[in-house]
Amino acid sequence: MRFIFKTDYEQDLRLFRHGGQKFWYGVLGALLLAAPWWAGDYVMTQLHFVLIYSIVGFGLMLLTGFTGQISLGHAAFLAVGAYTEALLQAQGMPFVVSITSAALLSAAVGIIVGLPALRLKGIYLAIATLAFNVIVEEITARWHSLTGGNEGMLVKAVRVMGYALETDAQFYYLCLALTVICALACINLLRSPTGRAFIAIRDSEISASCMGVNLAKYKTMAFAISAALTGVGGALYAHKVGFISPEQFGLFQSIELITIVILGGVGFLHGAVLGAAFIIVLPQLISIAKGWLPEGTAPSGLQAVVFGLVLILFIIFEPLGLYGRWLKIRAWFELFPFYRKGMFRRQKSYMKSERLR
Amino acid sequence: MAGAFCRIGPGRAVLVDLLQLLVAGVSLGCVYALVALGFVLIYKATETVNFAQGDLMMLGAFFALTSSVMLGWPYWATILFAAAVMAAVGMLTERLVLRPVLGHPAFTVVMITIGVGYVVRGIVTMVPGWGTETYQIPTPFVEDVWRLGGVVLPVQQLTVIGMTAMLCAGLYLFFRFSTLGVAMQATSQNQLAAYYMGIPVRRVNMMIWGLSAAVAAFAGILLAPVTFIHSNMGFIGLKAFPAAVVGGFGSVPGAILGGLIIGVVEALAGYYLPEGFKDVAAYVVVLVVLLAWPSGIFGETGRKKV
Repeated sequence: MRFIFKTDYEQDLRLFRHGGQKFWYGVLGALLLAAPWWAGDYVMTQLHFVLIYSIVGFGLMLLTGFTGQISLGHAAFLAVGAYTEALLQAQGMPFVVSITSAALLSAAVGIIVGLPALRLKGIYLAIATLAFNVIVEEITARWHSLTGGNEGMLVKAVRVMGYALETDAQFYYLCLALTVICALACINLLRSPTGRAFIAIRDSEISASCMGVNLAKYKTMAFAISAALTGVGGALYAHKVGFISPEQFGLFQSIELITIVILGGVGFLHGAVLGAAFIIVLPQLISIAKGWLPEGTAPSGLQAVVFGLVLILFIIFEPLGLYGRWLKIRAWFELFPFYRKGMFRRQKSYMKSERLR
Repeated sequence: MAGAFCRIGPGRAVLVDLLQLLVAGVSLGCVYALVALGFVLIYKATETVNFAQGDLMMLGAFFALTSSVMLGWPYWATILFAAAVMAAVGMLTERLVLRPVLGHPAFTVVMITIGVGYVVRGIVTMVPGWGTETYQIPTPFVEDVWRLGGVVLPVQQLTVIGMTAMLCAGLYLFFRFSTLGVAMQATSQNQLAAYYMGIPVRRVNMMIWGLSAAVAAFAGILLAPVTFIHSNMGFIGLKAFPAAVVGGFGSVPGAILGGLIIGVVEALAGYYLPEGFKDVAAYVVVLVVLLAWPSGIFGETGRKKV
């Protein structure tokens, strides 16, 4: 069991709390850096998607996990990022410019969506973002001259400094670098006053505003930052897939993105990465399981059933998500043999009505 | 139809068009209203938004298909059968899935109902005899039309409107006069007080889920002649959301009105506006309404206590 004895205020600000963390993150970093050597083509492709979805997961985690705002329309920001990147690249813009514009434009759209969020709460916000997603999908499908409509558009490989990143490994390092940058940005944001304001809003809007948190400013900011990260993810997604069309950014994509946050663990940045990895691996597991089905049943339904069941079972039995499970396992080993069953049980929750009584 | 317009002149032709669209819109709006009613019943009682409502409707339609086509039962028996089976499914869903997360944040519960929707959709495509094909159930009111001074009214649309009105009247009487209905009202107004009055709140919640699923089955049967029965017909539930939100999520008359508004706006947008507006009309309406009234037209407003 490890006790961290703090002797210095600087210790609270350090990125790594103790030597063990340094070691294990170092191992993880080395493994990821060496991935092109140990991973085959297939695993590399999966790693690309995990990294891209992690960036999107960070964005959504900031908004849903830390600010407590529900969004069922994040695929729209993904679409804005993807199309901005594709169009600017087709114009011959350098990658740094195009990905920054993708992030900024997504953030601008995020602010527009965030404005109604100032007045809407809970389920009404979810519906408003859902409506926004449907509208953006329809616009991308109908604006034929710009987006190519339902036929979609092709996206070429990334060019950085006039040098095309054509192999998987080169693109992988780009994704990895951007993921690390986004992760560090999120960690830093969350220990700044802004991040603390986000968490205060999540825990209680009324208390936050009483403590002097400007709700309008911080909610809009949360939407903008979340949308910007999603936009970066969208830009990488466009390059990875190589072909974008409106139906890739529909409501189902939004639900999948929110599932990353739920399965990973709401309120943990690690959860975004774990959730992304889980979402990418799940379809592979399902396609293996398809072989066991009896003859005559349509295998297409199995994916939906498993996806739905995973969601239901996680929420009922593991509400803290994969990262919560890891915390429990770690606590079990650290406290052995004193781990008790109820240690991570949430306090008894009563029906909290949002209505006037 | 063109001949009729020539005889009655262009000015009246516009009016006739409009009337016709209104009837079509109201008829579709009735189906939205019924699905929205399912949302609202559950929301009022348990403050849960059931994203699986559209999929429950689809499941109800498939049960109707089974009893009508495969077993050859008459139409009224089909309706009763589908409603009864769906009531059981609804109660089972509440007991198995929703009750363990009672009292959790609204968002958690929303996600769990989305999961239920996925499971229902997946199961339907895997059941032998249902699958991914498109089906139709025979209805007693076929392709007849009534002509009323140039307006052509398909009997089918009128039946949908009539049956919705009858169901609403029935629900009104149920909530107003039956003991269970009054208990449900009490539960939805204040769970704790209802509990103190000796109402078994959990069992009532379960029954509300059953009632809501039965209403969904009814909506599915009414919708079947319009969109046919297939495993993705539940997506109409996504259109019923705007309906419920426009009316204010906690209001039963609001849900009906919201459904009618969305139906009519959609019909008008499909006719007068360029292609593409029909599909987003409902969502544009809901955004506009939410900007003006943050909790719907009939929504309860008030400050949350800390």
